[in-house]
Amino acid sequence: MTFRTFSYLVFIGFFMTLPLWADVFHTRLFTRILIFALLALSLDLVVGYGGMVSFGHAAFFGTGAYMTGMMSLHGITDALVVWPAAAGAAMLIALPIGALSLRTRGAYFIMITLAFAQMAYYFASGLETFGGSDGMRLLARNTIAGKEILVRHDFFYYAAAGSLAAAFLLCRRLTRSRFGLILGGIRQNEKRMQSLGYATYPYQLTCFVISAALAGLAGALMANETLYISPSYLHWTQSGHALVMVILGGLGTLAGPVLGAIVLLLLEEILSAFTQHWMIVLGPLLILVVLYARGGLHGLWPQKKVSHATTP
Amino acid sequence: MDPVLLLTQVLNGLQFGVMLFLMAAGLTLIFGVMNLINLAHGSLYMMGAYLAATLQQKTGSFIAAIFLAIPLTVLLGMLVETLALRRLYNRDHLDQVLATYGLILFFNELVRMVWGPQAYFMALPQFLSHHIQIFSGLTYPVYRLVIIGVGLGVGAGLYGLIHHTRLGMLIRAGASNREMVNALGVNIRLLYTLVFGLGAALAGLAGMLAGPLMSVEVGMGEPILILAFVVIVIGGIGSIQGAFFAAVLVGVADTFGRVLLPPGLASMGIYILMAGVLCWRPEGLFPAQRT
Repeated sequence: MTFRTFSYLVFIGFFMTLPLWADVFHTRLFTRILIFALLALSLDLVVGYGGMVSFGHAAFFGTGAYMTGMMSLHGITDALVVWPAAAGAAMLIALPIGALSLRTRGAYFIMITLAFAQMAYYFASGLETFGGSDGMRLLARNTIAGKEILVRHDFFYYAAAGSLAAAFLLCRRLTRSRFGLILGGIRQNEKRMQSLGYATYPYQLTCFVISAALAGLAGALMANETLYISPSYLHWTQSGHALVMVILGGLGTLAGPVLGAIVLLLLEEILSAFTQHWMIVLGPLLILVVLYARGGLHGLWPQKKVSHATTP
Repeated sequence: MDPVLLLTQVLNGLQFGVMLFLMAAGLTLIFGVMNLINLAHGSLYMMGAYLAATLQQKTGSFIAAIFLAIPLTVLLGMLVETLALRRLYNRDHLDQVLATYGLILFFNELVRMVWGPQAYFMALPQFLSHHIQIFSGLTYPVYRLVIIGVGLGVGAGLYGLIHHTRLGMLIRAGASNREMVNALGVNIRLLYTLVFGLGAALAGLAGMLAGPLMSVEVGMGEPILILAFVVIVIGGIGSIQGAFFAAVLVGVADTFGRVLLPPGLASMGIYILMAGVLCWRPEGLFPAQRT
């Protein structure tokens, strides 16, 4: 057994058994970590594999959360309905946003996705039925097939872990498929792919929309975890936070964003125990990671082979 | 809408527009010359406001505070450039966004530690705090007119600097071909540091001018930073002229949006404007000429 396989097994074992030995506080902390890992994973699909630097991913995260809140207002609380609906709503929002944003490139793409997310943020702040800018409390977590089992924090942890695992496998399948390879080709040289006869636009848009679905699912999970929705889900710092996880962990890898989410949130937790001014440490740390640790934490891990998805 | 209200709103929009221009000019200059997306521009705005507020308390004079705070903001900007941002010019935009996001976190926390979480308020001196009658029925705060004047003056000064001085020529040359300018014996590093200092001065000035209009508080730079980004994207990234027209357009559109549209839609207005412009002209209204 190589060290790499061994470390993955330890990693998976740790997360599989965590609720069995951890207290409620840590179970909930790691539930949040898993949800953010899902958000980071979805963002990496767009940024790392698709080469589209989206600075507005919070819009889809928030859409998922608000969809959960809206359905609960109408008495629909079954996760089997709500969560796919949250993902679907995010896809519906992502389709026009992506279709318009993809007309631009580079810095313009970053800015227009940010602008759309801001639009969504102000739209959510104006929704009086959902408490406007104060947000709204949810009454209870979603049920599964009518049973209120997610009330238990350990069961909800496994629901989040299962969602992340499913999304991880989906992304793995996707990035290794013909679709994923074409996407990688577009990221490296869009003109060349066009010359080869690929219509690049539909591929990029599809990637954008799939990614939004996963972000929407993460939003629904987060609304369930905190039992609270507010425009802060859509705030631009949320998009920035998710980007940090992706870069910290390793852009263009699947394990990277998950690792990034775990490390960043644990770091925030630990630093905030020492001082309330933990951001004064985190900020410069981030700059150092960008300057000196290219490829992120995942790049420090022993590699089987060089990932084909590296930054251009 | 009656003409007095209309004119008042035009002036309000213009005042907001020139504030945005001060921010956007530095941002677009730094992007155009160094190819750097600088999210920390809003932090320089905030630092300018805090420095001016502190100096005003110490010296008792608003004007003196501004003239002392501008060089301090420039120094701070140049320090940040030399220590961190200089290494990012050749990186892709994603790295720049991330590192400067780190700077935002750093500066916000720094301000919280040094000045505390409570908001500061800057008082205006007597001669700036009254209203002036423009014509019968229309009175307008002098200070807002001063902001408009300062903004237009800075715009004219920047135009002169960039198009009619040797430094401006070097800046334009550095934007189009860095290696060539370097090979001709120009210290391009120093030039970049100077450009960053200029951007910092503009951002700091905007923060100081905004001080008496709104509260000086942690995170005050971020909303205006995002608006400034909207401005430079509408105007065409790298174009100062574009930034000016886009800033006035956004300022006026936002002001009228708030008067005419329902509240929820009003905040979204300029983002809709931006999306519309980008769909129509993906490079902005006045794309910078690149050779």
